[in-house]
Amino acid sequence: MISLRRERSVIPGFGITLGFTTFFLCAIVLLPLTALVMKGASMDFARFIQVITAPRALASYRLTFGASLTAATINIVFGFIVAWVLVRYRFPGRRFVDAIIDMPFALPTAVSGLALTAVFAGNGWIGQYLEPLGIKVAYTPIGITLALTLIGMPFVVRTVQPALQELPKDVEEAAATLGARPVYIFFRVILPAVLPAVLTGFTLAFARAVGEYGSVTFIAGNIPLHTEITPLLIIIRLEEYDYAAAAALGCVMLAVSFLMLLTINLLQHWGRRRLTGGARA
Amino acid sequence: MIRILLIGIALTFIGGLLFAPLAMVFVSGLEHGLGAWFHSFTDSDTGAAIRLTLLTAAIVVPLNTVFGICAAWCIAKFEFPGKSMLVTLIDLPLAVSPVVSGLIYVLMFGLQGWFGAWLQDHDISIIYAVPGIVLATMFVTFPYVARELIPLMQQMGNDEEEAAITLGAGGWFTFFHVTLPRIRWGLAYGVILCNARAMGEFGAVSVVSGHIRGLTNTMPLHIEILYQEYNYVGAFAVASLLSLLAVVTLIVKTMLEWRTGIRHH
Repeated sequence: MISLRRERSVIPGFGITLGFTTFFLCAIVLLPLTALVMKGASMDFARFIQVITAPRALASYRLTFGASLTAATINIVFGFIVAWVLVRYRFPGRRFVDAIIDMPFALPTAVSGLALTAVFAGNGWIGQYLEPLGIKVAYTPIGITLALTLIGMPFVVRTVQPALQELPKDVEEAAATLGARPVYIFFRVILPAVLPAVLTGFTLAFARAVGEYGSVTFIAGNIPLHTEITPLLIIIRLEEYDYAAAAALGCVMLAVSFLMLLTINLLQHWGRRRLTGGARA
Repeated sequence: MIRILLIGIALTFIGGLLFAPLAMVFVSGLEHGLGAWFHSFTDSDTGAAIRLTLLTAAIVVPLNTVFGICAAWCIAKFEFPGKSMLVTLIDLPLAVSPVVSGLIYVLMFGLQGWFGAWLQDHDISIIYAVPGIVLATMFVTFPYVARELIPLMQQMGNDEEEAAITLGAGGWFTFFHVTLPRIRWGLAYGVILCNARAMGEFGAVSVVSGHIRGLTNTMPLHIEILYQEYNYVGAFAVASLLSLLAVVTLIVKTMLEWRTGIRHH
């Protein structure tokens, strides 16, 4: 029956919409990305390796990936708590908090970078209390991590939130009736059920953080080898008109993007399979 | 007990990370009074930055909206080989670093780029000019409308359109009178997010802009310039205007979510 209906659709516009979609996709996305890959591939291989393994490049990877990893880890801990509080508890201002979670999606990164720098500078609202404790946030890797935490936070909350909502409460109640302690219930019942969502959120936040530039550039201070992230290094190479070096570093970033995309797809596939598998059992 | 502790942790985290910076922008922007705030916008470079940002959004958002509708129409209404590949490729710009998004256009249209020599011969500038800014913004906001509409239209199915067509309605008529009324809230949702990103993009635009004051500076880039010149009043004034845009976007988005009862990502 289905195959009969699919034979010929009465709905018009297939050719023109597919044609326009493909054309626009090629012109805006695929062709420019190809230009990057070609530029990288046309480089002398030894030079390519030399550019992407230069001490300044290596220091920038360490900082970019280290800060992104730390930020994503902070986000799965606190993002989980925020998601939990929003799903399980009712308190005044809950809807406001729920709405403001998406702020980093709407707020330009330059604004969040500027604002974070002001708040956490030595004389800022929060910075003035951290300074006496010996914690310098602005113009240090801590500041970079903070900026990356801010932009990654909604990804974790918004992937964990629906997973917690779908969690059947009777399983927890059954475990509690059988005498399980809250800690045991959390690690043995709740966490395994939402693990795919937590890992997806972690990867999304990490992927976003690795490429971030706008908010970091304000708070980082941009000191070579110390607070210089990889996207900034690409811009510096471009400003030196060293297109090839910029393209080589760009290829590294692009490869990381593809890897992240693959990981996210695999994680979501895993999450869906577990969900449907659970329903069958 | 645990409940109060967890709510406390969550509120402190959100307060320090999200609320404090947002409040800071408005407090600093209005530090010297409303008069000084308005005065910041009388600066001709600031005015030019605002106009360029509005112009860019006015070109990019409609184009990406038309693209989003076309993509959603062919993906949701028809079966064809390579469909899932197409969906993945449409989402691709979201995974690419903004700086790389700008870089790829420099490699295409920059002086040493693919079309660099040809463009110079014909006296056309794309990089360090407005067309480059528009293209880079187009890239980063490319998927916003499409990714809202595709799942929405897939979920709605084809029955109503098929009925309209069978009863003799034309293609355009069917779209405007059958499809559009059903997808309008999802469409509005995608458009406002696309607009917010288009007006606020920093990294990609920064690479292609060349930072020429009064000519190729968008509002986010202008904030950086003012900040580097220690003009904090000006920087926070422009930042507060963009924050206002973000707050409005968030309010409209929340209202759309309540209205449709679904949460998007």
